[in-house]
Amino acid sequence: MKHENCQSMLLLLSDFIDGELNSEFCEAIEDHLAECPDCSIVVDTLKRTISLYKESSIKPVRVPEDVRERLYKCLDLEEFIDQ
Amino acid sequence: MDNHDNNEYSLKEVQAGNRSEFAKLIDVHSDQIFRLAIKILGNEQDAEDVLQNTFLKAFQKIGSFEGRSNVSTWLYRIATNEALMTIRKRRPEINISEFTNEENEEIESPIQFIDWCCLPENELLSEETREVMDEAINQLSEALKIVFILRDIEGVSIQETGQILNLSETAVKTRLLRARLKLREKLTTYFGERLTDRSE
Repeated sequence: MKHENCQSMLLLLSDFIDGELNSEFCEAIEDHLAECPDCSIVVDTLKRTISLYKESSIKPVRVPEDVRERLYKCLDLEEFIDQ
Repeated sequence: MDNHDNNEYSLKEVQAGNRSEFAKLIDVHSDQIFRLAIKILGNEQDAEDVLQNTFLKAFQKIGSFEGRSNVSTWLYRIATNEALMTIRKRRPEINISEFTNEENEEIESPIQFIDWCCLPENELLSEETREVMDEAINQLSEALKIVFILRDIEGVSIQETGQILNLSETAVKTRLLRARLKLREKLTTYFGERLTDRSE
């Protein structure tokens, strides 16, 4: 991350990873990655960091039944709890 | 996603004061609000308080909801504000400036260049790794943490994240990049040590 191209790439990194960069910039970044092992590692490990957080959150969180009951009670909606 | 008038409840009926329809709205959106609150606050007790306060406020304000965002974005916004208030009560030293000035800071360049993607999946997704990941995200400032949770964990768009947090898209993108890079550094430190252990 010492070169000017590395710094320029850094600012575009999120858009590149999210696929929100236009093709011209994408090609420029891919050209840079082909010749810069450090940036290539940063891109790969950054993508993996994001995917690990996504994967670790896949398990669905549901409101427990007792929490739901208290929620309905505090909103005075108990009559609809079994609808 | 737009729930202004979907198959599960009628927003018009909710806004007209139909309590049965509001109960349906709760069941459609409560899981996502509870999950968000747990992610931000780290425990179910505080998350339940946020859940209750979010729907209490929604109940009070749904009549004036103008539909400029969809209902889930609107609820996320209320819940995020409630979660931030809980954090400020818990840690009064955190003030509003921390939340508003984040985008003025420079993006820190990566300092570790270790390729740990080659580690086997069972190590990358182990219980210990999960703890390291939780610790890393909890070490982020609240401003960075909430953007990362909304965008990368909850899958909310950049535009909607901006609406929820009242930030420009540029500010959201800057915070997101800073959060991602900081988490990458933390995981690189951890996985780098694992790689060293394996080579010894």
